[in-house]
Amino acid sequence: MRRLWKGNYALVEGAIAGGCEAYFGYPITPQNEVTEYMSVRMRELGRVFLQAESELAAINMVFGAALTGKRVMTTSSSPGISLMQEGISYLVGCELPCVVVNVQRGGPGLGNIQGAQGDYFQAVKGGGHGDYKLFVLAPSTVQEMYEMTKKAFNIAFKYRNPVMILTDGVLGQMMEPAEIEESVKCKGQSVREIEDLGWNLTGCKGRVPRFIRSLLMGEGELEDHNYKLQEKFLKMKEDLDYEEEGAEDADVILIGYGLCARINFEVYTTLRKKGLKIGYLRPKTLYPFPERRIRELARRKKKFLVVEMSCGQMVEDVKLSVNGESEVYFYGRPGGGVPEVEMIINKIEEIIR
Amino acid sequence: MKFKIPESLKPVPNHYCPGCGHGIIHRIMAEAIDELGIREKVIAIAPVGCAVFGYFYWNFDTAEAAHGRPPAVATGIKRVLPDRIVITYQGDGDLAAIGGNELLHSANRGENITILFVNNACYGMTGGQMAPTTPLGYRTTTTVNGRVIDDGYPLKVCELIKDLEGVGYCERVSVEDPRNIMKAKKAIKNALKCQIEKKGFSLVEFLSMCPTGWRVSPVEAIEVVKRMKEVFPIGVFKSKL
Ligand SMILES: Cc1ncc(C[n+]2csc(CCOP(=O)(O)OP(=O)(O)O)c2C)c(N)n1
Ligand code: SF4
Repeated sequence: MRRLWKGNYALVEGAIAGGCEAYFGYPITPQNEVTEYMSVRMRELGRVFLQAESELAAINMVFGAALTGKRVMTTSSSPGISLMQEGISYLVGCELPCVVVNVQRGGPGLGNIQGAQGDYFQAVKGGGHGDYKLFVLAPSTVQEMYEMTKKAFNIAFKYRNPVMILTDGVLGQMMEPAEIEESVKCKGQSVREIEDLGWNLTGCKGRVPRFIRSLLMGEGELEDHNYKLQEKFLKMKEDLDYEEEGAEDADVILIGYGLCARINFEVYTTLRKKGLKIGYLRPKTLYPFPERRIRELARRKKKFLVVEMSCGQMVEDVKLSVNGESEVYFYGRPGGGVPEVEMIINKIEEIIR
Repeated sequence: MKFKIPESLKPVPNHYCPGCGHGIIHRIMAEAIDELGIREKVIAIAPVGCAVFGYFYWNFDTAEAAHGRPPAVATGIKRVLPDRIVITYQGDGDLAAIGGNELLHSANRGENITILFVNNACYGMTGGQMAPTTPLGYRTTTTVNGRVIDDGYPLKVCELIKDLEGVGYCERVSVEDPRNIMKAKKAIKNALKCQIEKKGFSLVEFLSMCPTGWRVSPVEAIEVVKRMKEVFPIGVFKSKL
């Protein structure tokens, strides 16, 4: 049924529909609605909810639940996600699936509680120690807060890797109509029976004991493990997702993710009506990134304007994709500032002139 | 003592130094698990510390956790699989220093998990630095003239947690001679019974030898453990059994 939903609530329903069996979290604005609503929904559905003593504990509780093969999630906002980085690195090293949501706020430090996009590098380039990638999804509507969270669990299990949903405080707090199926049917139903997935720890009844670790001290062991992980990160391109409009005949293509993509779309429709050849491209997955499509467009000498709620992070990936074949421009605002339509239009006029 | 290898131990040699307490504690843990018939239900967590390779020796499902986080990892497992037996095995650096917060809150929540806490008064794995449990006056590589008050007082974990309502069983034992080893094994069984009967958080602290970290002979290490009891009295601090 289509009705008004707040982004953070839609995210919770998405997790439940995606089969999330356990949630561990710690309060932080602007994602408190997630933890609060989870505490109600998970309990009434007979699933696991626990308010952890810190984000450090929360991510390690996720680690514990994940190694049994259960579908597990945590959510936080920027400072809390920083605290989780060690745990995320261990989850990747141990090849454990889980979903981590970052409802970004302004930084650095305690920053503010406005929405921002300053954690792109942290999400997309690893974040913790070691050579690794997360699969990163970037919703842009309340509907996608639901859809992407729902889908995230399957991706996490497909690759046995943490999936990060990178959103922000504005989307989390925003109300808009969305089509969401509230899982009331399974009310009273408990978590699914534990399955043997061939790697999970469930107690060794009927099989040889297993262990899960990330310490690999044997000659060449860690190098081999890393090559195996890298292969997996490359394979993630199978689930690459982006959308575009008007790129084929455009002179300048606007690129942004999440909230910025909505603003870009408004600019795109306004300028198209005026007859300007503007294109619109939105990565829905930030890793993997639509680098091939961007390179293709760059070879045809289309220019790019990247818009972000930061001083310029994704723009580096656009530049790497363009690889010198065309020009890349940037407009962004950090610390909770939201890019304005007029400023983007001015910038485009400058580029065209 | 029996010399049959317990089913809960793999028949392989371990990497511990001569005179180390870890091998002894592994053995009595394995015997206790066998005697309670719970091996196939156990999910254990190895620490970051000398016992990190526990999974090479323990014949049950085991995971390795980040330094200090085993109680949080155990919480995650136990919450989704409440009928499994979840055990963490941690050193004093792991449990009492970097993992102090996870210890406190898992104990306070009364998580039905069992912590086997090896207090060897130093950081063995990283070369014998001061631990929170190092008694005053003891020399380590970061207190070369002996620990002084400025370095902090030795942290008494059992005394710290015993009054928390969530704690169901808490005992301090030592493993320097056969008599104490037998008592230590009984303590492990009690702690596991506490978990099986869902009576809350359980912890056994072992005063244990680290001749390498202390830079003494295995024989002298036994004397050190005896002296540690002046600071860390052994006994049952709490039992809801
Ligand atoms: C985050 C982090 N900090 C530091 C270390 C280094 N480190 C490895 S083991 C250890 C201390 C181990 O001492 P203890 O827990 O007492 O166990 P023991 O080796 O004595 O059995 C430290 C500090 C680490 N692995 N991870
Ligand atoms: S350093 Fe100490 S704790 Fe580590 S194996 Fe050697 S004796 Fe045991």
